[in-house]
Amino acid sequence: MATIKVHGNFFSTATLRVLASLNEKSLDYEFVPVDLRSGEHKKDPFLSLNPFGQIPAFQDGYLNLFESRAVTRYIAHSYAGDGIPLVSSDAKKAAVEDVWAEVEAQRYEPPAAKLTWELGIKPVLGMATDDDVVKAQEAELAKVLDVYEARLAHSKYLGGDAFSLADLHHLPTLKYLMASPVKAVFEARPHVAAWVADIMARPSWQKVLAC
Amino acid sequence: MAAPVKVYGPPFSTAVARVMVTLLEKDVPFQLLPVNMAKGEHKKPDYLKIQPFGQVPAFQDEGVTIFESRAISRYVCDKYANQGNRGLFGTNPLEKASIDQWLEAEGQNFNPPSSILVFQLTFAPRMKIKQDENLIKQNEAKLASVLDVYDRRLNESRYLAGDDFTLADLSHLPNAQYLNGTDVGELFRTRKNVERWWGEVSNRESWKKVLEMQSPPAPKKA
Repeated sequence: MATIKVHGNFFSTATLRVLASLNEKSLDYEFVPVDLRSGEHKKDPFLSLNPFGQIPAFQDGYLNLFESRAVTRYIAHSYAGDGIPLVSSDAKKAAVEDVWAEVEAQRYEPPAAKLTWELGIKPVLGMATDDDVVKAQEAELAKVLDVYEARLAHSKYLGGDAFSLADLHHLPTLKYLMASPVKAVFEARPHVAAWVADIMARPSWQKVLAC
Repeated sequence: MAAPVKVYGPPFSTAVARVMVTLLEKDVPFQLLPVNMAKGEHKKPDYLKIQPFGQVPAFQDEGVTIFESRAISRYVCDKYANQGNRGLFGTNPLEKASIDQWLEAEGQNFNPPSSILVFQLTFAPRMKIKQDENLIKQNEAKLASVLDVYDRRLNESRYLAGDDFTLADLSHLPNAQYLNGTDVGELFRTRKNVERWWGEVSNRESWKKVLEMQSPPAPKKA
């Protein structure tokens, strides 16, 4: 019986981020769907799992966590010996990987999340895309990807020579953005384009998409 | 001998302050090296080598050059685990994960609206940039929702992650300090658990030292 439970849904980029890390580590888990339309996530008992009323929520035995990037870091460290390493065992290399994981969270996520909402989620919900927001956020994303292009010109992965959480954390928004006109922003930058293709082809990610 | 740890950036920067208060909590001596942002020093090639986004802070310690204040703070807590405030990032992996979720909550839920408000209410006037009333209103509402969650949490728990002050509480200090000097401070004062928590965290010795570093010295009389 799996001690790990993930509460969320398959549209949620944050939920997918956690599932990707579990797959990389070949860990079994129980998926518990959360019904957003009924507002389940804004009421008890869900609020006791995530007081912000957001998905995902994560359980491993008695441990209860929220915030996908805290969950993936917990998985990477606590299951370091399982599956594929997601954090370097060298402290200096791990520090650099953590820098680029913060870059994803603080620089890349704001425009990527807004574009995912406008181009990926709103259409599914029958809501109109705001073209002004898309234009502005594409420009922001381009600035971030210029730095990525320079970084990936001399580093195989964002965090260093090995795949790590710094790369993995991008996969869920990439799923939406590479299926939208915004893919042009990635494809215009050759090192970024190659890196995107490489990480999206990972078997652990393909397994998430098949869920 | 110069301290091996170097922090690059002006002390008034919220992200620089986050790193400084972490170093002070961990009793790690450091050198603060100025970066003159008014003169665009942070966008020049020499600085971009150590921080490719042209932002502050950057950080160096024994051959490690890193940036992003929360990554720097996590690094400091791990490397200097056995000195200063030992529980700052937990003393075991489960504690660490429980603190990390609140640190992420700060970074993903508290930081976006509070950063916009800090810029609009504190820095824009100083820089003679026109304030955006709509943006202020929207982000006050977002911040209020986040502080509602905090108020419920802090009703059951002395600090965000539990009984002790941790990196999760610390990460809020820089933005919350600026906001409490503006009308937005009302959002903290009208939530009694948040008010109690703010009173405790902002009175820590480490934070008081950072505030001293942020205030320029009084001009010397002739």
